[in-house]
Amino acid sequence: MNFWHAVGAIVWKDIRAEARTKDIFSSMFVFALLSVIVFNFAFQLRVADMKSVVPGMLWVAISFAGTLGLNRAFVIEMDKGSLAGLLLAPMDRAAIYFGKTLGNLLFMLIVEAVLLPLIMIFFNLSLFSVPHLLVLLLGTIGFAVVGTIFSAIAVNTRARDVLLPILLFPVLVPVLVSGANMTGMLLDGYGFRDILGNLQFVLFYDLVFAVLAYLTFDFVVEE
Amino acid sequence: MQRSEQTLTTLTVIAGLAVLVAAYLALVVAPPALGPSGQNLGPDLTAAQRIIYFHVPSAWVSMLAFAVTMVASIGYLRTGNQRWDIAALSSAEIGIAFTIAVLGSGSVWAKPAWNTWWTWDPRLTTYTIVFLLYVSYFMLRGSMDDPARRARFAAVYGIFAFVSVPITFFSIRWWRTIHPVLFDAQNFGLSSGMKPVFFYCLATFTLLYMVFLLHRMRLEETREEVEELKEQLGY
Repeated sequence: MNFWHAVGAIVWKDIRAEARTKDIFSSMFVFALLSVIVFNFAFQLRVADMKSVVPGMLWVAISFAGTLGLNRAFVIEMDKGSLAGLLLAPMDRAAIYFGKTLGNLLFMLIVEAVLLPLIMIFFNLSLFSVPHLLVLLLGTIGFAVVGTIFSAIAVNTRARDVLLPILLFPVLVPVLVSGANMTGMLLDGYGFRDILGNLQFVLFYDLVFAVLAYLTFDFVVEE
Repeated sequence: MQRSEQTLTTLTVIAGLAVLVAAYLALVVAPPALGPSGQNLGPDLTAAQRIIYFHVPSAWVSMLAFAVTMVASIGYLRTGNQRWDIAALSSAEIGIAFTIAVLGSGSVWAKPAWNTWWTWDPRLTTYTIVFLLYVSYFMLRGSMDDPARRARFAAVYGIFAFVSVPITFFSIRWWRTIHPVLFDAQNFGLSSGMKPVFFYCLATFTLLYMVFLLHRMRLEETREEVEELKEQLGY
């Protein structure tokens, strides 16, 4: 079985499992929506122009919901003992990492695809343009790349779900800062050229941590 | 064993004396600082400025310590030798202590200089994130019982954490900075009387770090020896 074939098989397995239970998607989406609404109540009385807090709101909602989804990703594998099965399969272990990363990325993108129109309706904004979507895509890739390996670490500890955000958020700061920054700039009317530097930076982040995760994933799942 | 003990004791005494000399040099010998165009800074700021002799070396040592943690983490993943894990753990602990020293001494200086204890300047923000990164590192270590797994996971996190430090710094640098820049390509922001004291303090803190590291590693090794002996004796 070649590498990408194996990756594809793992993604397909996750999609089929999710299609049956809809556990991850529903909890992620409802949580993201709730955080946007809670933010709305929290800020409404003090912030004159809600437009100015939407970028932060969007990225925090994505991070919270993403953490929820990442937690489930490996808890499911552990509880049913399927991780052992995956590790026994005759393939490169990096395929497990990339398969799970792509699966997580896909679930997060689906949640964003539903969340984005709702935010646009709630706050009367236009977020549906190529630069906006590119910013979201690259940021979410960074989230999935780092989150997947940390989720594999956290699931093996005593604290489990509690530990993942603690491990994840300090490392994720560059993506959140750049992401919120770029979304804000685009909302303020800056063009694609103005955010190009930031965008390249997030791409660089994605690549660096993807390589690092590829090199270290073996040590995380080793028994 | 006996000889290495003696060396460590000697080093400890030297480091202790060097720190006393550093305090004297920084507080008494070093000339008062002047503003960028040679003007007098006023009594508060002139006194507060002497913090640089402890603040900058502390920052240097904290980064050195976290770099050593990363190198030791890579060493552990490559060899599986437990001594690397002990080095990583010890260095990270010292790094956290010096990070707190940097944040604390910086705040004391910022009050007279910027008229506030804290601002969200890139360097300050980065240091807060660095502090949180290594607090997470210890929370991760604390949440596992199996020593081999703990060492492996901590090593992976130790590498991720240190790689993220410069990336975090550059991501926040898009905000405007007000923190003084000591070194840049053209000039060096210290007068000729201040330089020797500054570099002496830098060297002293580096020595202090090495002594701390050796002591901390020895403590951890002794602790593990005691655990083993306890097991043999059936405690």
